[in-house]
Amino acid sequence: MYTEFVGIALTFGLAILLAIPFGKFIAQTFSGEKTFADPFFNPFEKIIFSVSGIDPTREMNWKQQLKAMLGLNFLWFGLCYLVLLCQGFLPLNPDGNPSMSPDLAFNTAISFVVNCNLQHYSGESGLSYFGQLLLMFLQFVSAATGIAAAATVFNAMKERTTQTLGNFYNYFVKSCTRVLLPLAVVIAIFLAFNGTPMTFDGKDKITTLQGDSVEVSRGPAAAFVSIKHLGTNGGGFFGANSAHPLENPNYFTNCVELWAQLIIPFSMIFALGFYLKRKKIAYVIFGVMTIGFLLLVIPTVVSEINGNPALSKMGISQTGAMEGKEVRFGAPMTGFWSIATTVISTGSVNGMHDSTMPVSGAMQLLAMMVNAFYGGCGVGFLNFYIFIILAVFISGLMVGRTPEFLGKKIEAREVKIAAFIAILHPLLILSGTALAAHFAASDTEMGYWLDGKASGWLNNPGAHGFSEMLYENTSSAANNGSGFEGLADNNPFWNILTGILLWLGRFIPIIGPVAIAGLLAKKKFIPESSGTLKTDTTIFGIMVFAVIAIIAALSFFPALALGPLAEYFS
Amino acid sequence: MLRLTLVLIVIFCIYYPLMVFGVAQAAPNNGKGEILTIDGKTVGYKRIGQKFDKPGFFWGRPSAVDYNAAGSAGSNKGPSNPDYLIQVQKRIDAFLVAHPYLKKSDVPADIVTASGSGLDPHISPQAALIQVKRVAKERNLDESKVRSLVEKHIEKPTVAGTETVNVLELNLELQQLKHSNISK
Repeated sequence: MYTEFVGIALTFGLAILLAIPFGKFIAQTFSGEKTFADPFFNPFEKIIFSVSGIDPTREMNWKQQLKAMLGLNFLWFGLCYLVLLCQGFLPLNPDGNPSMSPDLAFNTAISFVVNCNLQHYSGESGLSYFGQLLLMFLQFVSAATGIAAAATVFNAMKERTTQTLGNFYNYFVKSCTRVLLPLAVVIAIFLAFNGTPMTFDGKDKITTLQGDSVEVSRGPAAAFVSIKHLGTNGGGFFGANSAHPLENPNYFTNCVELWAQLIIPFSMIFALGFYLKRKKIAYVIFGVMTIGFLLLVIPTVVSEINGNPALSKMGISQTGAMEGKEVRFGAPMTGFWSIATTVISTGSVNGMHDSTMPVSGAMQLLAMMVNAFYGGCGVGFLNFYIFIILAVFISGLMVGRTPEFLGKKIEAREVKIAAFIAILHPLLILSGTALAAHFAASDTEMGYWLDGKASGWLNNPGAHGFSEMLYENTSSAANNGSGFEGLADNNPFWNILTGILLWLGRFIPIIGPVAIAGLLAKKKFIPESSGTLKTDTTIFGIMVFAVIAIIAALSFFPALALGPLAEYFS
Repeated sequence: MLRLTLVLIVIFCIYYPLMVFGVAQAAPNNGKGEILTIDGKTVGYKRIGQKFDKPGFFWGRPSAVDYNAAGSAGSNKGPSNPDYLIQVQKRIDAFLVAHPYLKKSDVPADIVTASGSGLDPHISPQAALIQVKRVAKERNLDESKVRSLVEKHIEKPTVAGTETVNVLELNLELQQLKHSNISK
């Protein structure tokens, strides 16, 4: 057991340690300072910009930035939707997998464009290698979209008054070439040498030692698995995601995959400190996030180690809650991963969340409901930014001063946007869950929307069944992508419902912070005085934490009480 | 925008995977997955568990996909699901019938619960050791010989990790032992 904790501590520690220099590199990249990597990347980027006809030095205001971002994303959605609809006839399909149904293609295309990777199919039978490669493209560019949006907000937070916030395409392309691609190559090669396949051959038919005849799915998985973690995407090459022994062959690869999903979200926070030359603010933000993370991790790991009390009652020896877990990872690591993947919006799993203990399920849900501790590539910071704005506003009211953040007055318009974004998340989750629960409770005949009655989509009865629906909606709105996978979700009802939640849950929380930042950047800069509320102090950190806790607790407690808490107390 | 998208598709869908593919040619079995063979014939993939429920073999964990790696999945049963609990009780009973020399408290959770992928190649060392007596008897082998084989296959972490036994590799070596015939 002791060695299992060593793995967790080493991975987490190394992610923090390496995030500091990497954050510095990201900050230098976005502020246009010279870095050691310039001679290598500059010619490569020059080619990309000149072939695409983009001038990366053209200054854009926040509206132009958002237009560029949304334009690209719509284009990718359309392209991906078409390919998934026709993949059965396209090349690179050795297993002869069929094209997707329109509703599944709609859900899958959105899901990968918005960096969620909610998968209502299994990779082995639901995608051709052509489809997998195109989704891998989206795993890069969706992560880069988030990082670029964060870079825009960083730029707006500088101490000056400006209309323009740099060039979106410049941030975006450099996120691809400098942040994502180099690490992706290294990790993909590491995985390939540890047993993850990287081949374009189809399924292999074998006769087992005992004499059974089975097939083994393969494919270009190493390249896919690497970016799925780095880009906090989380979509698995195979159905079982990183629980699959080819996708995550051993304990060491598991640590590397865990590290890969932590590194960029961690680095982005430190990058903010280096970018603004205010390291303290980065430490305060990172501290708040880490405390929130640990508060979710500890109960989860403890309840997973203790195992299922119902099985203890049967008299067997508990080695952790092993249902849905792999022996090579063990209960502590799987518990830790389940919170890392839900706090960060990765959503890859190395064990099945549906079979975890009720306390763990509650913590996984809470992690996605807050959605601001570390968070996904770039967007984690954007979500946290909203809470900062709200905390500044509330603290300003408490001490009776005009609220200011980094020398800019926060006024009605910014607070309205922030409040709207903060309320949107519970609104999407709870209305989606209410709709699904209504149908399931009255067991409606669903017609076009589902082949059969609504309760048929549940894999477990009672409170746990409710948790399955709550989890699916939460995971969609938080753009997470993990699931209580017992839910039968490949049908028009879930494909279309979650598709809409995914779209709204992605772009509105990007548009909001960029708009706030753009509006603030235009305002007059007020130098710090003795009357300024300092935002890089522990007290302010506690204030932000309180705002997050109150909003999450008030909005979500009733839903959690009906699901995992009811299961725990029964 | 279209041109930028096309350039990036060339980089990420062609250049990047081909580069990894090229390097992976130097990986075990050219990146097609590590295989195990007897006399040149493939009997399995090292990382992919196989179904073992016949006499003379060490048994692996229950699987939601019956160890057919054409797919992969866990059971996704919730911890309080009554049908699930009945199913586990049945597995415990069946295991005790096959191993009448065991007490209930000897049986570790992993051998009666399904894995996340349905393809878990491993069991815990405890789950392997409790099967030694049965396997030795069914193969007419010395218990001590089988036990030392299991001990040889226990993978212990040096710094970080879990203790595991790869059931397929264990059974493969068992199969190749001299005089290792399954008595009917």
